[in-house]
Amino acid sequence: MDTKQAAVSLRNITKTFGSVVANSKVNLDIRKGEILALLGENGSGKTTLMNMLSGIYFPDEGQIFINGKETVIKSPRDAYALGIGMVHQHFKLVDVLSAAENIVLGMKGKLNMKETCAKINDICQRYGFEVDPNQKIYNMSVSQKQTVEIVKVLFRGADILILDEPTAVLTPQETQKLFDVLRNMRDDGKAIVIITHKMHEVESLSDRVAVLRHGEYVGDMLTQETTAQEMTNMMVGHSVTLNIERPNPVNPKPRIQVSNLTVKDAEGITKLDDVSFTANSGEILGIAGISGCGQKELLEAIAGLQPAENGAIYYINDDSSKEELLGKDPLKIQEMGVTLSFVPEDRLGMGLVGNMDLTDNMLLRSFRHGHNVFTDRKAPKELAKRVVKNLEVSTPGISTPVRRLSGGNVQKVLVGREIASAPTVLLTAYAVRGLDINSSYTIYDLINQQKKNGVAVIFVGEDLDVLLEISDKILVLCGGKVSGIVDGRTTDKNTVGMLMTKVGGKA
Amino acid sequence: MNEKVKEPLFHISKRDNIPPIKAWGIRVIAIILALIVCAIVTTILTGDNPLSVYATIIKGAFGSQRKTWVTFQNTAILLIISLALTPAFKMKFWNIGGEGQILAGGLASAACMIVLGDIVPNGLLILIMTASSLLAGAVWGLIPAVFKAKWNTNETLATLMMNYIAIRLVAYYTVIWEVPKGSGKIGVINQSTNAGWLPNIGNKYLLPIIVAAIVTIGMVIYLNYSRHGYEIAVVGESERTARYVGMKVNKVIIRTMLLSGALCGLAGLLLVGGVNHTVTTTITNNQGFTAVMVSWLAKFNPVTMIFTSLLIIFLDRGAGEISTAFGLNHSFSDIITGIILFFIIGCEFFISYKINFRKKAAKEEVSND
Repeated sequence: MDTKQAAVSLRNITKTFGSVVANSKVNLDIRKGEILALLGENGSGKTTLMNMLSGIYFPDEGQIFINGKETVIKSPRDAYALGIGMVHQHFKLVDVLSAAENIVLGMKGKLNMKETCAKINDICQRYGFEVDPNQKIYNMSVSQKQTVEIVKVLFRGADILILDEPTAVLTPQETQKLFDVLRNMRDDGKAIVIITHKMHEVESLSDRVAVLRHGEYVGDMLTQETTAQEMTNMMVGHSVTLNIERPNPVNPKPRIQVSNLTVKDAEGITKLDDVSFTANSGEILGIAGISGCGQKELLEAIAGLQPAENGAIYYINDDSSKEELLGKDPLKIQEMGVTLSFVPEDRLGMGLVGNMDLTDNMLLRSFRHGHNVFTDRKAPKELAKRVVKNLEVSTPGISTPVRRLSGGNVQKVLVGREIASAPTVLLTAYAVRGLDINSSYTIYDLINQQKKNGVAVIFVGEDLDVLLEISDKILVLCGGKVSGIVDGRTTDKNTVGMLMTKVGGKA
Repeated sequence: MNEKVKEPLFHISKRDNIPPIKAWGIRVIAIILALIVCAIVTTILTGDNPLSVYATIIKGAFGSQRKTWVTFQNTAILLIISLALTPAFKMKFWNIGGEGQILAGGLASAACMIVLGDIVPNGLLILIMTASSLLAGAVWGLIPAVFKAKWNTNETLATLMMNYIAIRLVAYYTVIWEVPKGSGKIGVINQSTNAGWLPNIGNKYLLPIIVAAIVTIGMVIYLNYSRHGYEIAVVGESERTARYVGMKVNKVIIRTMLLSGALCGLAGLLLVGGVNHTVTTTITNNQGFTAVMVSWLAKFNPVTMIFTSLLIIFLDRGAGEISTAFGLNHSFSDIITGIILFFIIGCEFFISYKINFRKKAAKEEVSND
């Protein structure tokens, strides 16, 4: 089992941020010719640990051995020199430059574009990438940008690769392609670390898994010898059930009707093209699609935040009377008596204010209540306490700024506030993005609870497995068009995956 | 294998939270260091005894009853201007147009005093002056706000440009109203009748102090407990969040700048009607800019601003005193003020960040496994 040589050995690595211990005495081996999946809940210190390896943070204590030799990594430049490259969750590319220009950016020595391109093509051929060195970044899809990031790292001679949630933005087909490439690189003797929350990816790709919990190293095992259930239990520290329930809709009635909706963004690019559908009460309508296919615009148009070129959005009351939502801002929609809750994709930039505490974030929805010129903080304070208690938000207190909370807890605060107003429509965008298993299931339960209460739920998701498990109906968007609406109970991953890339699912 | 592993000499990490006592400890150390550096600089450059220089600074600010009152009066006016800018800053609207807004208010008061001085009774005149100076300041704040709201222009440039317009306007009216003709200044307005002079309460220094106290209390309540204050905070933190919950961002920007400008106009009224009884292009003494620093130093907390404005005025008055007492030119006192402010502002870095030095031990037990 230990035949493969360790490329990196971390010994007793400790890192604290103020009073928060991100990593405590972590020991980890990364081996050559092996794909290691690094698992752990949010805030368990995975990214911090990898950031120390790539020179972004400096450990408080402990040693790093590269190929058996103790080393000190003071900066990303040091990390590159040691052959360590990290592909971050958020790409760090210059939009107006070409792929090749981005790849050589910041490197020392003379610039020879011809040689560079040749070397890039060489790398691509070796591992099966598809990159046009002269293509500008702004013309690229998300997966192409990611490929550039990976090539950039390889170009600099990395043989230890770290990928932080690389599949979050990819379609199933793109994910497969990425995995093939990663396998090729492994077979070439490179050491690869992948951080992910998706269990089926861990199972299909990795050779070994290492688990962190609360900043501490729990253990590692061979992927073949373990199960998703065991890994999850190790991450959480106790056993959890991995089933999403899908109760049958009770008395569904049309609630939101969207017809012929067309939306253009500020640059005049069509983001939604003639979109029509109906969302029923007591049902979950899943929205699938590659990211950037109009999901955001669709939800924002319904929430009154996105003007449209054309079309209509109706709210249908219980007595079947229709009210137009389009052209009204969130305040007007609220004044009409429509309780519409929206959990946006950008939690801290839109749904919440990071620098404000829990109470003041609850106040966002209620500060207009009453006719007093002063704000009433009593009710929001009670609500904050209730949300913390009911949803088990782990926070030092309700006067902690929400940006200090971990991703899962931030989302619990946001969802907790949004469902507190007893909505009739709930819009959620990537509700579990970046959340660990435990938090994700809490969120699924909350959404299902709303469904049972008769709320029309529109659920934009990226994990197809989850969409297929939770949705009653799935609407697939492709390039702003509806490429299909399928039944969540009878469809399969392949069908939806095809619809995501081609309108009508035909090649 | 025997290659020496070197940890960097130090690395910087962010502090999560620092107990207030420790933070104040750092600030006290910074001030002591500033005084030491100032002492060295003083000795090298002038040969004077630094301790007597420091004593003179204190004497300059608090040396006599009159000096103390003037210090407090100046502090009050700087505090009002700082408070005026604060709501805009909390909204992340960088209003550096305090100068222009003060001058607009001051010019409006002066105009009322000159034009209406002999026509309407004094009580009514003061009311009209107050209303018109608040309005003039508000208009000066409104114009950049509307541009920002409608066309998303850069408010820093717009408010700055509005300063120059106000200065030129004052210069223009100085020529029209100059007394005596050809002197190039307006001189004391209504010297004989005192029409439009703000009343003395107790003594002639107290009025701005009372106004500043009221504005401070009002601002604490407005920013922390009112619905408007909450909207300002949300818009400042994230406009997208504000829109998401249905706030009218443009309305908040315009409303806040009206308030900010009007309060600057109030400072203009106090300067013209209460302190100087005239208007000049330099009547603001750059306080529109100084107030930016006061507000930032206090991290936009109105109560802390009392102390930061007092600190700035104290340094300014003390520095003025040493330049006369020791026969040094004013540049030297600027050097001293600069050094002290450098340390006070610089120490904030050490409050937010921690510097970890290389540990001496742990060298022996390098073992491979």
